[in-house]
Order: sequence, then C-alpha cells, then structure tokens
Amino acid sequence: MKKVFVNLIIPSLFFTSVNAAESGGMPQLNPEFWLSQIFWLTITFGILYIVLAKLILPKISGNLEMRKAQILDNIETAEKQREESEGKIKEYEKLIIECKNEAKALISETREKVNKDIAEKNDQIEKEIKEEIKKAELEINNLMKNAPEKINKIAIDTSNELIKGLVGAEVNQSSLSAIVEDLSSKNKGNYYGN
Amino acid sequence: MATNPMHQFEVYRIGPEIKLGNIDISFTNASLFMVVSVIGILIIFNLGTKKNSLIPDKMQLLAELSYTFVSKMISDTAGSKAKPYFSFIFSLFMFVLFCNMFGMIPYTFTVTSHIIVTFVLAAFIFIGVTIIGFAKHGIGYLKLFVPSGVPIVLLPLIVVIEVISYLSRPVSLSVRLFANMMAGHTMMKVFGGFVISLGIVGGWLPLSFSVALTGLEILVAFLQAYVFAILTCIYLNDALNLHH
Repeated sequence: MKKVFVNLIIPSLFFTSVNAAESGGMPQLNPEFWLSQIFWLTITFGILYIVLAKLILPKISGNLEMRKAQILDNIETAEKQREESEGKIKEYEKLIIECKNEAKALISETREKVNKDIAEKNDQIEKEIKEEIKKAELEINNLMKNAPEKINKIAIDTSNELIKGLVGAEVNQSSLSAIVEDLSSKNKGNYYGN
Repeated sequence: MATNPMHQFEVYRIGPEIKLGNIDISFTNASLFMVVSVIGILIIFNLGTKKNSLIPDKMQLLAELSYTFVSKMISDTAGSKAKPYFSFIFSLFMFVLFCNMFGMIPYTFTVTSHIIVTFVLAAFIFIGVTIIGFAKHGIGYLKLFVPSGVPIVLLPLIVVIEVISYLSRPVSLSVRLFANMMAGHTMMKVFGGFVISLGIVGGWLPLSFSVALTGLEILVAFLQAYVFAILTCIYLNDALNLHH
C-alpha cells in the first residue's frame, strides 16, 4: 500500500508542488527552508558526531574492552586454579598410595618380626622343655636305678619282720639279702612297666 | 488546516529570522527536532557511560547493546576495514533512529520526513564513499562498474547499468527513508482524521487502524534507521573491499 502511495503520489506531486506548497501540496518540496535545514542538520549532526566519537564511544569501547579483559583474566585465573587443584589432587592421591604402601610394608615387617619372635620364643621354650625333660629323665633314671635297692631293702626288712613274727627267730641278714637279690634280679623287668 | 494530512510536514520559523549573508538559516521546527534528537541521544548515552561499572545498570546496558549492535552490523557487512568509520555510522544510525522515533510522538515534527534532510545525508555518504573508494584503489575503483564473468558483448550495457545504479544510490537511499516516514505519518493522519469525521459511531474502526499503524510505524521507524545504516555499510564495503 505504501509503495503504491509512494509511486503514485510522489511523482504527481513532484511537478506541481513548488507552486502548490501552500495550497496542500508537499511542504517537503518547498525550498524556502532547505538551506536552513541543511545548515542545522550539519550543525546538529556535526556536534552529535564529535561528541559521540570523541567522548562517548571511546568510553563504551574502553569499558567493553576492560570487561572483556577482566573476564579473560578471570577465566585464566580460574583455569590456573583448576590446574593447581588438579595437581593437588594428584599429589594427594600419590600421598595416599605411598601411605598405603608404607602401611603394607610396616604390616609385613611387623608380621615378620612377630613371627621371628614367636619362632625364637618357641625355640627357647622348646629348648627349656627339652632340658626339663632331660632333667626329669635323669631324675627318673636315678630313681629307677635306686628303686630296686630300696625295694630289696624293704623286702629284706619285711621278710625279716615276717620271719621273726612267724618263726620267732633271727635270720641271717646276708642270706636273706642274697635271696632277695636273686629274686629281684630274676624279676627285674617286672618292677616298672605293666 | 488541521485535517490536511500534509500540514504536519510544514516547516515554520521559530523565533527571529536569522540570515547568514544572503542565506536564510532561521531556527525552525525542523531545527528544533534535530536539536531535540541530538540532545536526547547525548543524554541517554551520557547516562549510559557515566558510571562504567563492570556490571552495567540499565542505561549502561542500553548504551553497550547499541554499541555492540552497530559494531556487529558494520563488521558483518563491511568487515574489519570499516572500523575507522564506526563513529560516523553509529552517529548516523542513532540520529536517524531518534529523529524517526521523536516523530512518532503526537504534535512533533519528523525531521527525516523531509527529502532535503535525507538527501543531504545520503549525498554526504555517497560522496564520502566515492572519495574513500578512489583513495583506497585509485583509478582501479572504476572496476566496480565492470563485473567479472560478463560476456564481452554485454559489457557496454552492464557498465552503463552499473554506473546508473551507482549514481542512483543517494537518490534511492534518501527517497526510501523520506518516503517511508512521510507515507506512514500521512496515513496515520488520514486515519486520525477519519476517527474525527466518523465520530463516536463509526470512528472505532479507523481508531483501531490508527493504533495498529502506530505500532507498525514504530517498527518502520526502527527498520528504516537500520536500513539506512546498513546500506551505508554496504556502500562502504564496496569502497573498502573491491570485489568485482
């Protein structure tokens, strides 16, 4: 619609308007104030351009640049800190692994030590036990060695008493002991054992 | 007079007649709204750059968003070589935008609805771009009129067409903005007149049209400022990066 308006009306007005400006034509084509408009356009646009170009736009661009720089700076710092923290995490993990290994080593060392200790003590105790056993065996042997004699003596004494009670006569001590000796030597294996 | 839809475009003197030699440079309603637009832009951008904090407030955000918007527009269309002309294109965009937008307020005057204003801007851009083109490429800038890959038979015709299209740039640029603004404002005025003439009974339809048109015209006001700026970027691109 606008196009039609422009195409139809503007050309038709163009040729008549210079005279018709006052009587309802296009005031745009009345050249009375053209020079004034050009003059004021130049002045106002010139001032606008100078103030914008010299004062305002550098401020805006400066601020935008500053913000950009700051954002980049912040991103860089953040990146750096992230890297740092990653490094720290790695360090920490390494430390933990080291600690684990150390703990393992410590545990195994301690276990070895304890085992060795136990073995040593076992050995010692075994040795002591062996000694004790040896001593006891010696004692038993001694006792075993002495036992027949004592038994013989008891047997002699008992038989002497018995004979004395039964017969009422003293028996020769040596002959009695000879008999007991003889008997005991015959039954020697029967004293101990089942 | 009030019902004449063209009345709103009339320029009249405010204050005394000022003469510079033989030339009448009186302060007019057009001059007033140029000044108002410039002051409006400067106030907004002054507020927007006052604090310059790391985290922007509303005004600062507005200023920064406009800056990045225009900056992106230039780098997208004209590349990085257009950086020195950023201030000019930014001022141009803001000036046209604010003149258009101030024109949307009832009883104001739309500076950009005058062909002389848009034509001066467009002619300045045209001459500037041509000078830049010749300064950058010397006489080689004329290669702009000789597209590559065109059959030799067609070349004279193409060159003529290219020259005409190049020369018509300031006209198309200025007429586009001026005609859009004038047509929109005239249409709104016409519908506004219908509201009055049809009265309480039949006025509602044109009133709703008028409301819709206001929205559309605000869009057009922005769009035309954008188009004006982006075409300037495209012309600048031709002058800076000779593709043909």
